Amino acid sequence: MLIKRAGDIPSSEITPKNLCLNRRKFLTGAAIAGAAAATGIGLREVISPTTIVQAGNKIDGIKKSSFSTTETITPYKDVTNYNNYYEFSTDKYEPAGLAKNFRTRPWKVKIDGLVDKKQELDIDTILKMATPEERIYRHRCVEGWSIVVPWVGFSLSELIKRVNPQGKAKFVEFTTLNDPRQMPGLRAPVLNWPYVEGLRMDEAMHPLALLCFGMYGEDLLNQDGAPLRIVIPWKYGFKSAKAIVRIRFVEKQPINSWNEATPNEYGFYSNVNPTVDHPRWSQAKERRLGEFLKRPTLMFNGYGDQVASLYNGMDLKKNF
Amino acid sequence: MLRWLKPVIFLACLGPLARLAWKGFHGMLGANPIEVITHSTGDWTLIFLMVTLSVTPLRKLTRQYWLIGLRRRFGLYAFFYGTLHLTTYVWLDKFFDLHEMLADIAKRRFITAGMTAFTLMIPLALTSTKGWIRRIGGKRWQALHRLIYLSAAAGVIHYIWLVKADLRKPLQYAAVWGVLMLYRIVMWLRSRTQARAAVPSQTIPEKSRPADYASQRR
Repeated sequence: MLIKRAGDIPSSEITPKNLCLNRRKFLTGAAIAGAAAATGIGLREVISPTTIVQAGNKIDGIKKSSFSTTETITPYKDVTNYNNYYEFSTDKYEPAGLAKNFRTRPWKVKIDGLVDKKQELDIDTILKMATPEERIYRHRCVEGWSIVVPWVGFSLSELIKRVNPQGKAKFVEFTTLNDPRQMPGLRAPVLNWPYVEGLRMDEAMHPLALLCFGMYGEDLLNQDGAPLRIVIPWKYGFKSAKAIVRIRFVEKQPINSWNEATPNEYGFYSNVNPTVDHPRWSQAKERRLGEFLKRPTLMFNGYGDQVASLYNGMDLKKNF
Repeated sequence: MLRWLKPVIFLACLGPLARLAWKGFHGMLGANPIEVITHSTGDWTLIFLMVTLSVTPLRKLTRQYWLIGLRRRFGLYAFFYGTLHLTTYVWLDKFFDLHEMLADIAKRRFITAGMTAFTLMIPLALTSTKGWIRRIGGKRWQALHRLIYLSAAAGVIHYIWLVKADLRKPLQYAAVWGVLMLYRIVMWLRSRTQARAAVPSQTIPEKSRPADYASQRR
């Protein structure tokens, strides 16, 4: 920057007058744009949230499951209008609208990695692998809210058994569809797309781990992860990957998207644990949607009896 | 102009709250109403802070000097929505659990930043009256009220540190804050050069200038 010695030059000579005026115009524009931008950010707030009512096809022959909780089921309209689904939007009220025309057929799931037979499975083949069950699970989001959802599916182990992973396979990696034309959220580099999640093999084989394609007795809605997702009820919600297109068996621990984005905040295991806080908020309590008071969060989201043994001898503070 | 515009604008400023109340009453705040209320009041606090900070540049650049008459109330609305935002935290999020809140303030940097932003607004709201301007004195009052720069900055940082991954919205606020600060920096630099340029010929009359003035300057 050139600094002119003051004192011997009148200010009008430092900047030609027309430039002065232009700068004034520019600054006016900037100030107006600034104020407008601030208001604009607010106006978007005015629009949300909207409630969209949708219905899927009924699923036949669903059997009940002893894994189901008897707690009050969260209203359908809440579960289908409040979705953390960053492939569509980071605003939880938007996926319901943005996913309306999402195509779930044809849909193939690539099975690869350490398996005897690498293959592409058609979604309708997968759905016929076992009898659909209704599993009413608690679902706890890492953000501190929770819901109770009657999912429909069968144990993930049913699929894993059928594709014969090799002995070396220690982990399973799940990949979500990466199609920016259908999923507008993918156009912004919020996470390193595609979304990847993973489970240790014994976690994936645990009967509670659900391969899910339905909810409330009907097909899964697009905003909730149609046509195929996993539901891992003892882990924070983001572990339950949606719209799965690839299941890969690997020897090394996969790098899951949130862990990659913020390793000090989101671990690989991400078991629901009220004693290990998220660095930025407490995990001791949660708000069940529809309730006013917060309730205490349970260890392993209340599934400790079934899954605690998976983590015997592990420091869960370190392996958060 | 100001006489009829003032009440209209000030009623409009209650719009966001009225909308929340109306939606809440009709069960239209979605699946997680408390979260919507928290985010909405937080957003409007930041918006009113930015609007307050826009008054001076706007009025100078458009030469609509009457705009100054709106500034105090915009600032008070920022404080108003900030108070509502804090109340949702104290009441609906923590249920007055003082122990938990203190732990939060100490441990969670986004809460620390938010509390800082709010605390900095308190003296400004308290001394916003004409009486206080007189008591403190115009220059000092103005200096005190520059705390709003820091309060708005802390508010934006509070938002940046809160989000999980998508920084676009908080960065929009940061950009607005940056532009409004840039204006002030530019103006300050300009007034400095102008003042220095003006010193010998205008500001100090010939006869009152000390004889050795020139040597002092160099």
